[in-house]
Amino acid sequence: MTTTTRPTALPPTRLVPFVGWRRRPWRLVERNALAYRRMWYIFLSGFAEPLLFLLSIGIGVGKLVGDLQVGGQTVSYQQFVAPGLLAVAAMNGSLLDTTFNFFAKMKYAHTYDAVLATPLGTGDVAIGEITWALLRGFMYSTVFLITMWLFGDLLSWWSILALPAALLIGFGFAGVGLAATTYMRSFIDFDYVNMAIIPLFLFSATFFPLSQYPAGLQAIIRLTPLYQGVVLTRSLVVGDLHWTLLVNAVYLAAMGLIGLRVASRRIGRLLQP
Amino acid sequence: MATPQLLRVVEREARVWSRMWRGFGFTTFVQPALYLAAMGLGLGGLVNAHTGSVGGVDYLDFVAPGLLVASAMQVAAAESLWPVLGGVKWMRYYFGIIATPIGPVEIYAGYVLWIALRSILASVAFLLVAALLGAVPSAWGVLAIPAAALTAAAFCAILAAFSITQDTDLSFPMIMRLGVLPLFLFSGTFFPVSQLPAGLRHLAVLSPLYHGVELARAATTGSFDVVADIGHVAFLVGCIVVASVFGVRNFTRRLHA
Repeated sequence: MTTTTRPTALPPTRLVPFVGWRRRPWRLVERNALAYRRMWYIFLSGFAEPLLFLLSIGIGVGKLVGDLQVGGQTVSYQQFVAPGLLAVAAMNGSLLDTTFNFFAKMKYAHTYDAVLATPLGTGDVAIGEITWALLRGFMYSTVFLITMWLFGDLLSWWSILALPAALLIGFGFAGVGLAATTYMRSFIDFDYVNMAIIPLFLFSATFFPLSQYPAGLQAIIRLTPLYQGVVLTRSLVVGDLHWTLLVNAVYLAAMGLIGLRVASRRIGRLLQP
Repeated sequence: MATPQLLRVVEREARVWSRMWRGFGFTTFVQPALYLAAMGLGLGGLVNAHTGSVGGVDYLDFVAPGLLVASAMQVAAAESLWPVLGGVKWMRYYFGIIATPIGPVEIYAGYVLWIALRSILASVAFLLVAALLGAVPSAWGVLAIPAAALTAAAFCAILAAFSITQDTDLSFPMIMRLGVLPLFLFSGTFFPVSQLPAGLRHLAVLSPLYHGVELARAATTGSFDVVADIGHVAFLVGCIVVASVFGVRNFTRRLHA
């Protein structure tokens, strides 16, 4: 075994100074994958969730709703709601890993105390957890997109870009989720997470078009993060492309980067006092 | 006469809860109102423009009792998994309780009663919001409150009887995802069960949520079918009775071992 000069390794960029970055986040991803080998069924059950929503809301409620107009095209309600559900699943999946699961590991299982006793740094923890959340979300999104294809819900070849879009949604929420979790004192504080997610979920144009909302509310919804994601996935799946989609993408990327930066610093302070 | 011991358990839960009302306030008052606004008004606008009505009523009127009972079920389910295992395994306060004259059966029965009482509180709030939005056409709507409480009690009785036998919470996310969520989505909450394929339609009859939703909907729309409604009540009561047999046995085994 040779000793390495680990703490002196430079960050790849100064734009986002990763405090405690030691370039081994993959080890943490590996650790999570190993841990889930014992809980593979929990991992698998994640595939079922968006599918159940698609069957219930898409097909069941779809019969009641009929067809809608998106970008000048007539689409069935199922085709309308499916890309929205993809965005919601990307948000929920990455938030679950970076909020509840991260908190349980930090506060109760003391997993990171053990991690930091190895050559890994606090930045590795932040980046590793986000990478893991994204990988997991990516698998769920891929299977869901294939299901959408089987149901005839993909209307354009641009749909394939809905996968990177889902990753971006996951990244945005993972960053913010991780940062927010570092401020949590106990599980009771997670009520705030629900207080944030549920309104985002219900008022994001996932289940019905923006035009259904009162005018004042529309302006607010246009600014919310999940709405950016729903616009991205829906536009790609329907094939209704605009340059403004770049704004939605930049919004989500910025959210993730800022969250990651805050989280790296806070994790450093929490775990290495 | 002395206070029944199971009321002591209710009191214990009420005291703990009174210090954690913030999250409860959100899940009880704000969340159902948001669901009602989004699903009833937003989605309902689309439904009304297309089909006009669902089963003879406005979509808002259709979905309101569904959301009322479904949210009672979700809260009851979550509260009967982690907190029960917490009581015996993580915080271990059940052992503190059985060191007093209160026994395992009272812990179980008291907890089911507490969850039912809590859902009454939540249902009153929800009905008020729904009535303000014009989603409760009939004054019989107040009967939706006991319907929700009965559903909550049924889920609590079943799941608490199961949770107490567990050593880890690994199965709990599976129950929420593969048990509670499908019930939430396919029990006539968002669309009539009659739209389901024939096989699933018969399965839905086995869902306690379906019976709760049918009862609450009969109440809020004021369209009762006495025979069917007695059947719904009987099914829910039956769930509680059968689950109690297991609950009493499992609580006694785990806490008196």
